[in-house]
Amino acid sequence: MATQHSRSAARLMISPAVLLLLGWMIVPLAMTLYFSFQRYNLLMPGQGGFVGFENYRYFLSDPAFFSALTNTLLLVGGVLFITVVGGVFLAMLMDQPFWGQGIVRVLVIAPFFVMPTVSALVWKNMFMNPVSGLFAFLAKGLGLEPFDFLAQAPLMSIILIVSWQWLPFATLILLTAFQSLDSEQLEAAEMDGASPVSRFLFIMLPHLSRAITVVILIQTIFLLSIFAEILVTTNGGPGTASTNLTYLVYAQSLLQFDVGGGSAGGVIAIILANIVAIFLMRMIGKNLET
Amino acid sequence: MGSIQLKKVEKRFGDVVVIPPLDLEIEDGDFVVFVGPSGCGKSTLLRLIAGLEDVSGGTIEINGKDATSVPPAKRGLAMVFQSYALYPHMSVRKNIAFPLRMAGMSQAEQDAKVNAAAKVLNLGDYIDRRPGQLSGGQRQRVAIGRAIVREPDAFLFDEPLSNLDAALRVNMRLEISELHSTLATTMIYVTHDQVEAMTMADKIVVLQAGHIEQVGSPLELYRSPRNLFVSGFIGSPKMNHITGAEAAKHGATTIGIRPEHIDLSTTEGMWKGVVGVSEHLGSDTFLRVDVGDLGTITVRASGEFAVHRGDTVYLTPQAMHLHRFGPDGLAIR
Ligand SMILES: Nc1ncnc2c1ncn2[C@@H]1O[C@H](COP(=O)(O)OP(=O)(O)OP(=O)(O)O)[C@@H](O)[C@H]1O
Ligand SMILES: [Mg+2]
Repeated sequence: MATQHSRSAARLMISPAVLLLLGWMIVPLAMTLYFSFQRYNLLMPGQGGFVGFENYRYFLSDPAFFSALTNTLLLVGGVLFITVVGGVFLAMLMDQPFWGQGIVRVLVIAPFFVMPTVSALVWKNMFMNPVSGLFAFLAKGLGLEPFDFLAQAPLMSIILIVSWQWLPFATLILLTAFQSLDSEQLEAAEMDGASPVSRFLFIMLPHLSRAITVVILIQTIFLLSIFAEILVTTNGGPGTASTNLTYLVYAQSLLQFDVGGGSAGGVIAIILANIVAIFLMRMIGKNLET
Repeated sequence: MGSIQLKKVEKRFGDVVVIPPLDLEIEDGDFVVFVGPSGCGKSTLLRLIAGLEDVSGGTIEINGKDATSVPPAKRGLAMVFQSYALYPHMSVRKNIAFPLRMAGMSQAEQDAKVNAAAKVLNLGDYIDRRPGQLSGGQRQRVAIGRAIVREPDAFLFDEPLSNLDAALRVNMRLEISELHSTLATTMIYVTHDQVEAMTMADKIVVLQAGHIEQVGSPLELYRSPRNLFVSGFIGSPKMNHITGAEAAKHGATTIGIRPEHIDLSTTEGMWKGVVGVSEHLGSDTFLRVDVGDLGTITVRASGEFAVHRGDTVYLTPQAMHLHRFGPDGLAIR
């Protein structure tokens, strides 16, 4: 799009899509903002009215809010760490020639196609269940006390489940990055006296940095709004041990029927997501330039 | 220090024999060029010497010591790749310093060596840029810089100039030759460009299908090719090969005569032919002459030679430059 003319033509062409998306976004956002300043409780019809920042004050001073905030960050951070480190490792293994490579590559993506509710339920009932789960069976086989994952380490368990879902995505993106690495560069490094570890650190990792950035950015967007996995496994509990912001908003508006408070929580969640996004862009977004 | 001996070196990929057992001796300080048609195993042979491929048989000796199973970094060789293989995320300075850093050299020493190399290769202006911001010729220089800071016993080049334009290639050719005379280090240079081979080499190794066809100085190969393949491969345009009755007159199965060793006349001569395509280069004129039974013969006339398509010309080969080959393709001397 080099010329003035082609630029304005391009703007004209994409404007319907932009307008549609904008409308799509603006309407719910405006309604949420509006509700967040109203008293709007489903149990008390007819008691509405403007309440100023009352809903915000209520939501922010709720002790559950800070635990939800930390849980959200732990969840996002934990899953990112596991998927990026595990993804680099798996992608490196899958980049080696081995028998049955094609089938393995297809199989690896499979977890990504399992619906979040389904996979969380499978993990909850078939693996982590302290009585009938596979892990309990293995623990008993080793003579150990079965561990009740969802009761004793609820957030950790959810991090594990979500990591399992996102690991294939990270692996595949990183695998394509590995495949685009020029083998002559590795050979040159080998001749330059770089050990396998140095080759990984100085040649492979910098080459992967852009792909890792993409993985982190995309996953963060989705991980900030994890909901189904929490709903079907722990219901945010015990207490608020596995409640994240999304789940707290849900609990506020639909379990306590306080739509106004929930809307205020939603607005706060949007603001926090943007803060995280700005931090991410600052920290790693520059990787996407050059 | 930089002599290399290959003894019965062999390379197979699965069942495919790419290099049948081969012996080669490279002396310290030599500039050796491997030439041959595409796919003949030049790169493979170079990579065997570098240690990037394992030999399937035989031994490689470097400085008289068996290096067959020595890892690439410990062989004391530096390689310049066809794609340059610069590290894209490092500045030119860091690229050149990389082998020194891997060797655990102190920062001060690294800087001193990098600066010295930058001076030799005129990298000053772009030493802090990334490879992506450099032209092909500049990248080539950086790749050479990264090789020379290691002070290797021998340099290996795999078609280093094939990505450059014609003018730059001539330049870099001279620079590499100059570098060789300054450093006096052994260099092994792979190319399929015979001009590069003829101008740069002390010793040319002509390869075909993994076999060494002939080893010798450029002029030796030009003057007395050992067989039909070498005679056709070295020299441009190609040597004319003539078979049949005309060859039998000279007691050979095939005779060869280079385009520049045929006298051309419009009035009289040994062979009569009709001019086909003619290429006028100004300094030379190349004519493709259709000579009945003998087939099409390429002739060089120096300067401008005014003939046109369809004109009749007479060709006379210079007897002293006639090459004779036996039924097995080997030269008869
Ligand atoms: N990894 C490999 N596996 C199987 N065959 C290979 C492999 N590498 C090279 N070959 C084969 O070995 C032969 C020699 O290859 P090589 O790259 O040495 O040719 P070359 O002389 O360098 O050709 P070019 O001038 O085109 O670079 C080719 O026929 C090629 O197909
Ligand atoms: Mg090659």
